[in-house]
Amino acid sequence: MKIDYIFYLLIFPGLLFISILGLLIGWVDRKVSARFQFRVGPPVFQNFNDFFKLLGKETILIKEGVITIFIIAPFIAFAMIVLVSSIIGISLFYSTSFGGDLIVVMYLLMINSVMIILGGSSTGNVYSSLGAGREIKLLLADELAFILICLVPIIKSGFQLQLDGIVSSQIQYGSYIGSISGFISFVIGLLCIQAKMALPPFHIPEAETEIVEGPFMEYSGTLLAFWKLNGFMLYVTFPFLLILLFWGGFNPEGPGIIWFILKYLLIVLLIIVIKNTNPRIRIDTALNFFWKYASVIALVAVVLAVFGY
Amino acid sequence: MGWYNKRLSKSIWVFHVSASPCNNCDIEILDLLTPRYDVERFGIKLVGSVRHADVLLVSGVANNKVAPKVKYLYEQAPKPCFVVGVGTCPASGCCFKKSYNVPGKVEETIPINLYIPGCPPKPEAMIEGVVKLVEVLNG
Repeated sequence: MKIDYIFYLLIFPGLLFISILGLLIGWVDRKVSARFQFRVGPPVFQNFNDFFKLLGKETILIKEGVITIFIIAPFIAFAMIVLVSSIIGISLFYSTSFGGDLIVVMYLLMINSVMIILGGSSTGNVYSSLGAGREIKLLLADELAFILICLVPIIKSGFQLQLDGIVSSQIQYGSYIGSISGFISFVIGLLCIQAKMALPPFHIPEAETEIVEGPFMEYSGTLLAFWKLNGFMLYVTFPFLLILLFWGGFNPEGPGIIWFILKYLLIVLLIIVIKNTNPRIRIDTALNFFWKYASVIALVAVVLAVFGY
Repeated sequence: MGWYNKRLSKSIWVFHVSASPCNNCDIEILDLLTPRYDVERFGIKLVGSVRHADVLLVSGVANNKVAPKVKYLYEQAPKPCFVVGVGTCPASGCCFKKSYNVPGKVEETIPINLYIPGCPPKPEAMIEGVVKLVEVLNG
């Protein structure tokens, strides 16, 4: 039993799987983005090269500011993403619950943003703290809509918080994306994860052209390598969560694996298309968008779900 | 270190230091980073912060006002860090050589690993220069 858990956490849906798949999907992102701009794009193992190069570079620590938080922030974020990916992955691939339900997942997913805020504001750099402030605002903006859309599968599965309960309910009664409320919340969820991963059009905290990578500006070497890896691992975690909540999970028999891969790639492709066709919006526009429109639509989806649509 | 240098040579992140240039070289550097030349094929990426940089692209003569800043930037870059002098200015001073506010060569301020001469050099010449840097890294 204990050895199973170590295997889950370190190898299959955990650390090794998530990081390797994340770096490969990061390559897909860069390649497809390059094709959007009529370029050739980087080779397959580009992200691995970047990661190992950054691991070997000199790590410069800050002179002023809170040095402990500066060092531990990327590692806590990394550990939390590995943990939440294992919880989601075990519910997806093994159909068993792994000591956590949807509320735990929601909390753990927030910790990445919190660590970006702490790491950014610990440096004492003006641009970093600006980026951290923007990250707080973005977190406030998207969190409400994200929690609301997470309520939809809970209501539709008969008030189950366990992830495997949601999956088995979908296997029994069909995917939630087929219903009106499920489809609406899937679309809102796609926009929310765009904001949570800080991808364009919501890359307000990182904004290379104005505040040069924002919270990550002072990071170098190993610490930066882990921030980059965290960013790529989110390309796996969030689409998996969306598949689990709305799109029927994973069916290990027959062509289920191919369907799962196609679903995953479609979500990633949608993320990349949104990323490449939209310019960066201002922070007030993002707040407007999420509070005035996305949250209201998500609330409508919740009401529809209550009435069984 | 052979394995690590290979990784480094395949992922060079450049930081653009304009040390009081006449702006021609900077325009050519920006040309280099456009989709037409697509240096991301070789893993070359422009970064905004000097903490992420592997290569500093220095253009210009580094006059009295800018030279301390250039030195500071070089000290703040994580090592191993390489410096590429773009254009004739870092190499010889070009037409600003005898100007009243030029302290001397850029080489006296920071060590320069590679020169790409030309006023301004073409983007193709810069790619060739970076390829030579990669060859040095690969031994």
